[in-house]
Amino acid sequence: MAKVVIPDHLLTLTGGEREVEVAAKNFRELLIALEARWPDSTVVLGKCAAAIDGQIYQDAFLEGLNPDSEVFFMQRIEGG
Amino acid sequence: MAEAVDYKVIGTSPVRPDGVDKVTGRAQYGADMNLPNMIYGKVLRSPHAHARIKSVDLSKALAMPGVYAAVSGADFPQAQHGEIGGEGGGDVADLAKNIMARDKVLYHGHAVAAVAARSVQLAEAALEAIDVSYEPLPPVLDLDAAMAVDATLLDENCFTKNLPEKPDKPSNIAAVMQLARGDVEAGFADADVIVEGEYRIPMAHQGYIEPHACTASVNEGGQATVWCCTQGHFEFRAMASKVLNMNIADLKFIASEIGGGFGGKTVLYLEPLAILLSQKSHRPVKMTMTREEVFRATGPTSGTHCKVKVGAKKDGTLTAATAWLAYEAGAFAGAPMGPGAMSIFAPYRLDNFHIEALDVLVNKPKVAAYRAPGAPQSMHAMECALDDLARELGMDPIDLRMKNAAEEGTQAPYGPKFPAIGFKACLEAAKQHPHYTRPIPEGAGRGVAAGFWFNVGMQSSAEVHINENGTVTVVEGNPDIGGSRASMCLMAAETLGVTYEQVRTLIGDTESTGFSNVTGGSRTTFATGMAVVQACEDIIAQCKARAAATWGVDEDQVEWEDGQAVPAPGVNADVKPLSLADIAANAARTGGPLLGRASLNAQGAGASFAVNIADVKVDRDTGKVDVLSYTAIQDAGKAIHPAYVEGQMQGGAAQGIGWALNEEYIFNTDGVMENAGFLDYRIPVASDLPMIDTQIIEVPNPSHPYGVRGVGETPIVAPLAVIANAVRAATGLRINDLPFSPPRVLEALDNA
Amino acid sequence: MNKVQVSTSINGEEVEFLCEPQQTLLEVLRETLDKTGTKEGCSTGDCGACSVLLDDRLVCSCLVLGVEAQGSEISTIEGMAGSEGLHPIQQKFLEHAALQCGICTPGLIVATKALLDKNPNPDEETIRYWLAGNLCRCTGYDKIVRAVQDAAKELAHPA
Repeated sequence: MAKVVIPDHLLTLTGGEREVEVAAKNFRELLIALEARWPDSTVVLGKCAAAIDGQIYQDAFLEGLNPDSEVFFMQRIEGG
Repeated sequence: MAEAVDYKVIGTSPVRPDGVDKVTGRAQYGADMNLPNMIYGKVLRSPHAHARIKSVDLSKALAMPGVYAAVSGADFPQAQHGEIGGEGGGDVADLAKNIMARDKVLYHGHAVAAVAARSVQLAEAALEAIDVSYEPLPPVLDLDAAMAVDATLLDENCFTKNLPEKPDKPSNIAAVMQLARGDVEAGFADADVIVEGEYRIPMAHQGYIEPHACTASVNEGGQATVWCCTQGHFEFRAMASKVLNMNIADLKFIASEIGGGFGGKTVLYLEPLAILLSQKSHRPVKMTMTREEVFRATGPTSGTHCKVKVGAKKDGTLTAATAWLAYEAGAFAGAPMGPGAMSIFAPYRLDNFHIEALDVLVNKPKVAAYRAPGAPQSMHAMECALDDLARELGMDPIDLRMKNAAEEGTQAPYGPKFPAIGFKACLEAAKQHPHYTRPIPEGAGRGVAAGFWFNVGMQSSAEVHINENGTVTVVEGNPDIGGSRASMCLMAAETLGVTYEQVRTLIGDTESTGFSNVTGGSRTTFATGMAVVQACEDIIAQCKARAAATWGVDEDQVEWEDGQAVPAPGVNADVKPLSLADIAANAARTGGPLLGRASLNAQGAGASFAVNIADVKVDRDTGKVDVLSYTAIQDAGKAIHPAYVEGQMQGGAAQGIGWALNEEYIFNTDGVMENAGFLDYRIPVASDLPMIDTQIIEVPNPSHPYGVRGVGETPIVAPLAVIANAVRAATGLRINDLPFSPPRVLEALDNA
Repeated sequence: MNKVQVSTSINGEEVEFLCEPQQTLLEVLRETLDKTGTKEGCSTGDCGACSVLLDDRLVCSCLVLGVEAQGSEISTIEGMAGSEGLHPIQQKFLEHAALQCGICTPGLIVATKALLDKNPNPDEETIRYWLAGNLCRCTGYDKIVRAVQDAAKELAHPA
């Protein structure tokens, strides 16, 4: 089960839930699972960057997940 | 640390391929495009910081001989809400209304109308003939006024985002965000020492020397060609298509050479106006901003108000920290409060923290990205507080940072655990640097501080063509803002095993190469470099196939070594190695021209840390601060072209020093910027600065084929606190607000 | 408005042009004569991107009227390289990576030539004060100062 962490400013989408465990082989499946759990969350979460096991992905859609992966949703980074 | 790898050309600093054109005046920048029949566009700008537009009458201007077109907000498609997309993000309607005001003007200098005429002088005269009727409103000019309960609203439809409950009343606070971990109260209870500080920094401008400029030509079929200085012509094309409701396929954007950007040229201003004016006049229209327009209506970065509180044990271990970070967004939402919040504590291990950040509307120009957007302001607060903490603890400031430094496996405040990072390596290098070990000059003070930036990847495309004689043409889509063509040539040469001189890189327009995001976010050498390397690997695979066909062996019996195809070890073939030139010469017989391609969304950008050191002297009679010496130490991952990496570090340091010492937007009570020129908005000149020493640390980023992290943004983060801490050391005074202009320093000295 | 006929010399060539009385030399160079190597950064004489030599005097061409060029000799960036190739100052700017975006470079090279014509062996402080009228936002000036020092050496003792 991948551990998923939601940042504080998005807790309104999850009814206050900060951490959940989700069975998913990849990020796409993870988003589908989260949509089932929190129907309002997908648009916002889909636009977030995500850090999977320490590596930051601006677009993680295709990334694979391990059973013990840690996924942190975070605001997308912009730069100068 | 990873083993150093021996590269043949990477890590050398050859002359850039576009260099001769740039030292002879041949290179064409944004304002250098002249076309037959071309006319000139100018913009009418609001004299009010906040007003309702009652009417705009263009008729008198249009009646003037030699005036060919005029437009106002009514000539644009209705501004639709939607995602801009691209690197910076934001709302399309806001972008559209910033380009041309519709019902309201929201800052002094906001575009209200535009004309195109035979000459610039005539266009300026025509602007005076435009009648605009305004209903002035009270301007909201600072964070406190904007956040006051009864504040005048910039946007009656702005409801604060990310609050636990949807607010029932609109506000100038466009959004808030929070980051938290652990138990802050318990952490402070554990602390032996607690320091607090409150810091204000006014708006500052990117200050690129080339004003925004473009030339647009729209044909009678509705197809537009736009030449402009931009950090990303593909993103400009996308934005223009959304703002003008035009088909992307009818828009061709050609990036000129670019005279600096630092984030400020990721934003569209003039181009849609030039397109509309060209449509209406059936002539090419050139538009250039004056320096005054650049200051009043483009760029700046947020003014901020930051509060920070940090607790530590006697041994320096941090126990808790809190931060409250308010960022001015300018006229439309979108201040860089998110990255500011995520970066403030990033260099340190912290189990207990709470960060709150706010994106606040004020009647000032809409902020744009500026080098590590948001981080210099927030990290200035933390790095000043740590300096004070080190003093209270009697600890060396580098030792204090080392004691708490993030390393591989440390959980970053923004969530994930860091992969391999170079912060400790930077701190070690700083501690041992001759600048830090030598005595501080008599009467001077020494400051240190850390910097951090995430860096990004994003989308890039590259093609690699092998010419008939085996030379190489790389085509990619990122405007070369500081020597990136040279870096691409180096990476291509290294991968293919040819010399640097055999490779040339060109920047394709939107019709001649694949999509690339902006040159920004320190992404070009990392992400576009990755695409170039992959396109070269595509070439190598094709060359091996062609060598195999030539020799009549299997493809897996061929290897690529030092720029030539050779039989794999153990393969019994009596053949001579085939160089790239050999294979190119024979290409017609083996399948036609060699073209390698790659397109990708580069993931795994590596965070880059820095530590800077400065010695300053403060003139007690005038309050003037002189920087005696400055050293920038930064983890580049791998420096592809070290001279240009040093250049990024030196240039970022100079910008940060300017921000710390002099640069600020000064507004009067009507919201009019009073120093909209380089005489009064004083960026550093050569005589203001010492040589800027650099030390490049190389902790390779495992996600890039050559270990690149990206280097452009981190350099501006540390200098603000470095200077503040050095002034603290020189004077014994903690001056909380920037810039340290002589009057402010003198006042602090007098009050002490 | 009546245009004025002006006869001048630019980079050693006789040039005649028509300009309006209020047009600056910078505008004439860039828009009338297509010499866009001279850059515009501010039009108020603060940034030095438009530096040219007017009768061997370093000026901001945005502060000179086109009509003032009558009878004078003007040198611009376009005249720096000759049949021998790049001027040593240009070569040293390249070798020292003394440019990033390059927009200030023509002005800085013209200003450097004016300095080294007057003072072939300037110290660092002299270089920094001489070039204080030429803004560069990319480099922090370090590599520019080094390029000027090396160019001075090269001009004194050609390799």
